[in-house]
Amino acid sequence: MEQLIASFREALESLDRVRADAIFRQALEMGTPIQAVERLVVPALEQMGAAWSDGTVALSQIYLGGQFCESLVESVLAPSDPDRKHQPRSAIVVLSDYHDLGKRIVYSVMRASGFEIFDYGRMDVDTLVERALADRVRVLMISVLMLPSALKVRDVCARLRERGSDAKVIVGGAPFLFDSQLWQEVGAYAMGKSAAQAVAIVERVMGEMQ
Amino acid sequence: MTSLTMNSMQRTVTALGHQEPDRVPMFLLTSMHGAKEMGFTIEQYFSRAEHVAEGQMRLLKKYRSDCVYAFFYASIEVEAWGGTTLFSLDGPPLCGAPVIQRPEQIDHLRAPSVQDSPSLVKVLRAINMLKERLGDTVPIVGVTISPFSLPVMQMGFHSYLDLMFGQPERFERLMQVNQGFAVEWANAQLAAGATAICYFDPVASPTNVPREFYLKTGHQVAKTTISQIKGPTATHLASGRGLTILDDIAQTGTAVVGVSALEDLAELKRLVAGRISVMGNLNGVEMRRWTPAQAEYEVKRAIAKAGRGGGFVLADNHGEIPWQVPDTVLLAIADAVQRWGVYPLDWVDEFLNSSRLDGAQ
Repeated sequence: MEQLIASFREALESLDRVRADAIFRQALEMGTPIQAVERLVVPALEQMGAAWSDGTVALSQIYLGGQFCESLVESVLAPSDPDRKHQPRSAIVVLSDYHDLGKRIVYSVMRASGFEIFDYGRMDVDTLVERALADRVRVLMISVLMLPSALKVRDVCARLRERGSDAKVIVGGAPFLFDSQLWQEVGAYAMGKSAAQAVAIVERVMGEMQ
Repeated sequence: MTSLTMNSMQRTVTALGHQEPDRVPMFLLTSMHGAKEMGFTIEQYFSRAEHVAEGQMRLLKKYRSDCVYAFFYASIEVEAWGGTTLFSLDGPPLCGAPVIQRPEQIDHLRAPSVQDSPSLVKVLRAINMLKERLGDTVPIVGVTISPFSLPVMQMGFHSYLDLMFGQPERFERLMQVNQGFAVEWANAQLAAGATAICYFDPVASPTNVPREFYLKTGHQVAKTTISQIKGPTATHLASGRGLTILDDIAQTGTAVVGVSALEDLAELKRLVAGRISVMGNLNGVEMRRWTPAQAEYEVKRAIAKAGRGGGFVLADNHGEIPWQVPDTVLLAIADAVQRWGVYPLDWVDEFLNSSRLDGAQ
């Protein structure tokens, strides 16, 4: 399987969709669709995420690779498929600023990893808090590019607590990468350095909630 | 301490000539902080050339920077293309809705004329006022977003990536249209009195696209564009990594490269020493919560890594210091440069040795 993962990752990074598709089909023949996702797609995306953090893979490769994986997984696991991971109830949002590439990437990678999550698009603090409470969200992923937006996460966390929510807020984006203490300062539960890390954190939360 | 004998222009020119000036030049790239000085909101401040010219003069005096920064905000260029800007009270103005909503629009896209854009003319007026007040004593830094990076604002980042990798012919056309605009805009700023142009090119960074792709696209665009700009340029990756394309950037004809806090300044300097100068790389996001002592340490660390032999300008790593960075930090940075930036840097060996013993990078 290691060889297959390496080949799949290489195909994704070089945008060779035909080859990536063929490798995915090969993995499907070795087990169920969700097994193919967990054994092939998730590790490949995890490795790419780590490589982006190291500076050896580019954001364009993560974005386009994640989108393609999302479509592959969609073709074998419909949103209503019982094998999809619907719990914990999770949502993703761009807070306050207008840069949504990071959110798009995390959303794709989450869905390519078998999760179903709410996509809130772009929201300000008030709207986000009300929506997360109404949806009884247990995991809230917040993506930002700008420092002022990152600082507003503090308000989101405080307001959710005030209203009795125990939602875990996971943050990501440039300000958190450049200041490793910022996620704690704003009261987040965790910070994902890459989309794949976000998946790993949600998996961890799933384990804690069981 | 040796007395300083150079003005900011002489200091900068000497450093960029890969010689040691009297002191390490410091480019404290504050734009929004001018609004604080003038008692305006950010939107009010950028509404008039007079505000920005006066704001930059006040910041120059206060922080003792070696340049003034004629950068208003990035989306001012998109205003020329028919776009809008969203202002806030505590951060950089952002682009409104993309001006290119569908890739087909690129087929008939025409670049705006600089002189027909009130927003750009306002910037030119501010440069002109600064030039009248400063003459040739202090570098006036203008800004052009590279043709390769401008589409992030013109059409949104994800749409641009889809275009880049999915529609090469339209991508090529967009580059051609953008190049004409970037050259006209850069040269208009130089004609108005700017000393040099900061060529912001974050998409070029391997953080965003693979080097192989950059070499076929953004690198060619940069070479062609920079060769037509009638003055020196500084290529800035706006926090993006640059180590693996530093040599490529050096071949574009640019004089300076602005580098990321995520990479080692000493290694970056070593790679291009004597060919292009390095500008950076104080961490602008962390800076918000530095103590004065930490600010001094970070300045010392940067100078120790890259100051010797000239070819180095101390600056932040993004090309714009966040609104949230307080005066105490900026003044501490300025004090530290005055204290530790004076050549010869005879304290550096001891500092580096003690840093190594402490395990600091």
